[in-house]
Formats: sequence, structure tokens, C-alpha cells
Amino acid sequence: MKKQFLLAAGIVAVAGLLLTGCSTTGGGSAASTTAPGCAPYAKYGTFKNKKVTMYSGIVAPLATSYINSFKKFESCTGITVQFQGDTNFDSQIKVRIAGGNAPDLAVFAQPGQIKSLVGSKNVVQAPKGVAANVNKFWSSSWKDYVEINGKIYGSPVDANVKSLVWYQPSRFKTAGYKIPTTLAQLKTLSDTIVASGAKPWCEGISAGSATGWPITDWMSQMMLIQSGPATYDKWVNNQIPFTATAPKKALAEAGDFLKNSKYMNGGLGDVSSIAATTWTDAGVPVLSGKCAMYKQGSFQAGIFPKGTTVSPTGDVYAFYFPGVNTKTKPVLGGGDFLVAFSKRPEVQAFQTFMSSDTWANAMVAASPDGGWVTANTGMDNSKLTNPIDKLSAQILQDPKSVFRYSAADQMPPAVQAVFWAQSTKWILGQSTSDTLSTIQKSWATQ
Amino acid sequence: MDILSKFAIMLGAIGGLVLLVAMLLFLAGRMRGRSESRNVGWLFIAPAVLGLLVAVIYPALKTITQSFQTSSTGSFVGVANYITVFTDPDQLVVLANTAAWVILSPLVASVIGLLYATFVDRSRFEALAKTFVFLPMAISFVGASIIWKFVYDYRPNIAGVGQTGLLNQIVVWFGGTPQEWLLYPPLNTIFLIVIMIWIQAGFAMTVLSAAIKGIPADIVEAARMDGASGFRLFMDVTFPSIRPTFIVVVTTIALWTLKVFDIVRTVTGGQFDTNVLANDFYTQVFQIGNTNVGATLAVLLFILVMPIVIYNVRQLRKAEAQ
Repeated sequence: MKKQFLLAAGIVAVAGLLLTGCSTTGGGSAASTTAPGCAPYAKYGTFKNKKVTMYSGIVAPLATSYINSFKKFESCTGITVQFQGDTNFDSQIKVRIAGGNAPDLAVFAQPGQIKSLVGSKNVVQAPKGVAANVNKFWSSSWKDYVEINGKIYGSPVDANVKSLVWYQPSRFKTAGYKIPTTLAQLKTLSDTIVASGAKPWCEGISAGSATGWPITDWMSQMMLIQSGPATYDKWVNNQIPFTATAPKKALAEAGDFLKNSKYMNGGLGDVSSIAATTWTDAGVPVLSGKCAMYKQGSFQAGIFPKGTTVSPTGDVYAFYFPGVNTKTKPVLGGGDFLVAFSKRPEVQAFQTFMSSDTWANAMVAASPDGGWVTANTGMDNSKLTNPIDKLSAQILQDPKSVFRYSAADQMPPAVQAVFWAQSTKWILGQSTSDTLSTIQKSWATQ
Repeated sequence: MDILSKFAIMLGAIGGLVLLVAMLLFLAGRMRGRSESRNVGWLFIAPAVLGLLVAVIYPALKTITQSFQTSSTGSFVGVANYITVFTDPDQLVVLANTAAWVILSPLVASVIGLLYATFVDRSRFEALAKTFVFLPMAISFVGASIIWKFVYDYRPNIAGVGQTGLLNQIVVWFGGTPQEWLLYPPLNTIFLIVIMIWIQAGFAMTVLSAAIKGIPADIVEAARMDGASGFRLFMDVTFPSIRPTFIVVVTTIALWTLKVFDIVRTVTGGQFDTNVLANDFYTQVFQIGNTNVGATLAVLLFILVMPIVIYNVRQLRKAEAQ
């Protein structure tokens, strides 16, 4: 009986193993570059039954647009793109890389992470096609984020503009407020609103373990417009410390807005309520008129309650956060970057495709409600449907504009975490000098 | 992966397991000699021991090694990480908070559970009353945290803005001004501990109620005949009889409290000086990427847990012997 038992178990095991080996995953139909509309995809080659995995923190509903934008590429080249979206991307990608299970491609939201990955020799250099596209379609400020030690390691994906102030057009029209074009005018407008008996600004920084990030954006904004891009870059790379004159001035200037009990926190409480309000709730008082202005990125359009019309004549719109004068146009913003961990030909083909204008326009077409822009100059702006997207694209592609990524996202994760935490303590009363010196100390452990 | 290969892998895994068991049985049948039964015993626990070695012992040793290294170069730095954990002001706050959690939540939860169990014992609404207190245990820690996050919510007391948090609404009804409960240490840690107590009181009540019902009836009768009642009865008869169980309950809740992560992460994200060891460990390893400080915290947590576990097992044996 024991022998029969063993035999049966053996057969089951072998059958299982054989079946595993025999079955191949379906998908990946035969490529056909002669099919209609495949002309722009011919240069990526044709493949048979090849798969690439793309891992990111992008989940529904945005993920659906991405997946749809790849469909033509998939049918023309025969490569199947497995889109893996995970809200725990930030912690999981580190685990996957450390475990030798890295995806073929990954989309990172912070350029600082790419720098550390290149430093630990995990990502592979981008193929020539990607480098050519980056040089062709993106300004030098964008190229700097993917070029490390003279080599290009990836391409920018999307873009968002953070130098925006959200407001209620009807309120501005009724009260006769003019859109400010300099920082001084913005302050005057705020004082005017205070004089009329209302609180001009609202803000919220609660974001779980990232609590405090909007304050770092305020400081980055002030740093950029007051001291210019060159000093900004020095500060980001720790060539000038947080305790130097320029960053000190920037945080103090941000404090004139954020720590000002006359300005904050419209519809939400006093200055300390900034720390308790989640950043996704902070813009709501603009809609009810309890707050006049809210500084937030272009992605805020998707955060307002469903049904809010975002247009110059709608419920809410945004204006460009002004610089100190009208001569320069500093733009603080963000965006994702695509890097690869493999040099397989199909991975390189897909990577080249994603850095091209073909994909940028396919993505715009796949986002019928808007809410997606890129700094890729090959993007056809006329196809954008959402007024905020049009405004963002206009700002990003303005030849006068100087784009800089927000500072905290460029710094190493340890410094970024302290920057966030100290900003939270700062809004709750800690002095500017104590805040800056504690953040600077975290650079010492790098 | 298509459905066929999923089934194939499942069959392969089942077949492999069956083969393993069959092989063990075969080998066991072949055992002879003086220490036959002992060898058979070793044989059968071999797979489990192997699993423990690979999944528990090896990672534990690796973590302990990492706590003596530094992340940038992987070289050994002795106790530098431990010194950081005990001197950095933010880390000291973490340790202080964890201590507060471990002292307050087991004691308060157990005392509440004990008193509640004593009062409802043999009363008319015993089952119903017990259900109410036990219900929070059915909710996940995260679910409970979200509920209480809304209870503590703050809205300014200005026209047209109503309160969304229950606590602030009660304060407003009594004529006070709403407070930002979760913003100011050390009170905000106490408010988080309340969530833990709310969840764990049910466990304490259930176990202690069973212990109370296990007290022999003749002891209680004899004490009553001697004139003891109410408080005297509780202090001199009830509590001493269930003392071992009470200690087990306290230590078990203390163990769970040392692991608390979800509550702190969901309600405040560890901000505003509410951070605790387990949450700090996660942040250090997965967000800051500082695996070595995280390893140090994990070792610290392990050292803190060991004495409680040993004491707990001892007390459990004592309670069973009774």
C-alpha cells in the first residue's frame, strides 16, 4: 500500500511540474507593422510573444489611461506591456530590487531616488534612442534630472506645475480683485482680503508619514523666486546649507504667509490647524468661499469633489504663483521618471517609445477627461481638453520659464523625511533657525 | 499568468507535499535501534525546524548583524547605532512613548476588563453587556483607528462650520471651544492609548470573566458566611484567586502593545511626537531606507519582548496548575 501511495504522489508531482513547464502564457499576438496606423511604431521593431513589466505607484483611474495609451504600441510591435500599479510602490520597489526581483521598468516620482539607484548600480543606462528623445523633446532643466555623470538613465514621464494658486473666479470678479503678477502684489491682495474681514489663505499638510510636504514646497517656491535657479540648485545639492542666508530668507518669507494668523487658516481654524488638516481637504474652503486662495499643484484639479468645474469661468481655477518681478518666470513642479533595470531589446524598445512624442500624444488621447500633461515639447497642446492642463502646458513650455523640481523630492530620502517632520514642527511653533539647523544635521549622516 | 498554469502549480505543490510526507513515513518505518522513537520524533519535526531556521533564525541573526553595521559602507561600527537610538532626541521620544503605551494600556485595559467582568457576573444582562465590550475586538486595528480619528476630529468654531468629531461636539455642547486633540503632546499619546484600551478591554474582560467563574463556589460561600461582601469579598477572595490569570492578561496585552503600529500610523502617521518603536522601525527601513537603524530598533523590540514572554509562559503554567 505504501508503494502505491508513493507512486501516486510521484505521478501527481511530475504531472504538475510538466504542466507548469508546458503552458506558456498567451497574449502577444503576432506583430504586424503593415497594419493601419503602425507607421510611427515601425522604428521600434517587431517582436514575437515578448513581455515587459512596468511597475509604478500609479493606480486606477489614472492607470487605465496609461494602459490604453500602450495598446497601439502593443498591437504594432507584438510586445505585451504588463502594467503593475501598487500604492505601496515606494517601499515595495526597494524590497524587489534588494530581492533580485526588480521589474523591467519602474516609474519613480522622485529624482533623488534615481540618483541613489544609480549610485548603488541598480538601474541600467538608457538606450541611445531614449537619449536622443530626451535631448530633442525636453528642456535642459528636465534633462538634468535624468542625466547623472554625463549618462542618461531614463526619461521624464508626466509633469505637474506646483507654482499655482487656486481661487474662485466668481469671487474675484465680484470683489474686483486683479490676478497678481508679482509677489508684492500677492501680499497686497492678501492684505486687502484681510481688510474685508476674511482669511485669504488655506493650507493643510497632513499626509501620514509625509506630513509637512506642502511646507517644503512653499520654501522651495520662495527659494526659487527670491534667489534664482543657480542658488536653488546649490541648496538642493547641499553646496549651501539650510542655515545659509538664502534658505533662511525663503523659509521666513513662507512664514509670512503660513504662520500669519491673519492669513491662515481660512475655513479650517488657526495656524496650527494647518498641521491637522489633510492636504486633500485643504482646498475645499475655496469652493465655499471660506478661503480665497490655496497654493497647490495642478493635480489639485482631480482632488476637488466630483462635479467641480475647473475653468476660468467655472467653480475654481488657478493662476500662476508670481515671481518677484515679471521678468523671470520660475516654475516649481514635479513629475515622474521612467527607468529600466534590464537591457533586453523589447524593454529598450518600450523605453524608447515612452520617451517619444508618439506616446505623449497617445496618452493625451487616452485621458479624455484631462488631468495629465507632460513637459515633452512634442505634445500637441491643441488636443488638451482641461483648462488646467492647457494652463500647465502653457507655463511649462513658455520659453521664459525656468523649471525646477521641488527640493524635498530631490534630496536623499533620509533628509527628505527630516525636512518634512521639521516643517511640521515649524508650523506648530518651532523657530525658523531651530528648524533649519535640525534639517541640516540630517545631511551629516549621508 | 493564465488559469491553466495556476492549477498546474497548485497540483505540483500538492504533489510535492504528498511526496515529502510519504518519504518521511517511509524513512520512519525504516527506523530501528535503541533510540528509535527519539529518531522518529526528530524526523517528523525536521521540516518544521528547517522552516524555522530559514524563515526565523537566519533573518534574526542577519538583523542582529545589521544593527552593528552602517548602511553606507556595510562595515561594522560596533554600538554606534545603539548610541544613536538612545541619544537622538526624536528617538528618545519614541522610547518614552513606547514606555507609556506598555505601562498604561495593559494595566488600564485589564483593570477595566476585571471590574466590568466582576460587575456583570451573574447579572441579568450579562451576555448583552459582555457583547458590547467585546465588539471592538472584532474590528481591525485600522478600522478602530479610523473610527477614533473621526471622534477626535477638529473643526473651528466659526459660523457655518459644524463639528465632525464627537469629542469636540460634546465640548461645544458644554460651551467649550473645540481642541485639536491629536496635535499636542503628551496628551495626544494618551488619546491614542485610549483606542488600544477600547479594543483590548474586551479581551481582558472575557478571560477574566472565565477566571472569575472558575473560582470554586465553596470558597466564595465560606467567605460570605464569614461576613465578607462587596469590596472586601473582591479584594480578599476574588482577586487573589484569579491573580495568575490577571497577570497573564496584563502581559499578553503588553506584548500586543509593544507591536502597536497600525494605530499610530493610521491616526497621526507618527507625527506630533506620537511615534512608537514599531512604527519607527517601519519608517526607518522602508521610507528612509536606513536598514541598520531599523535593525537596531528591531533588536531593541526583541530584547523588550523576551522577558515578558518568559514571564507570561511561567504565569500560564502556574494558572494551569491551579
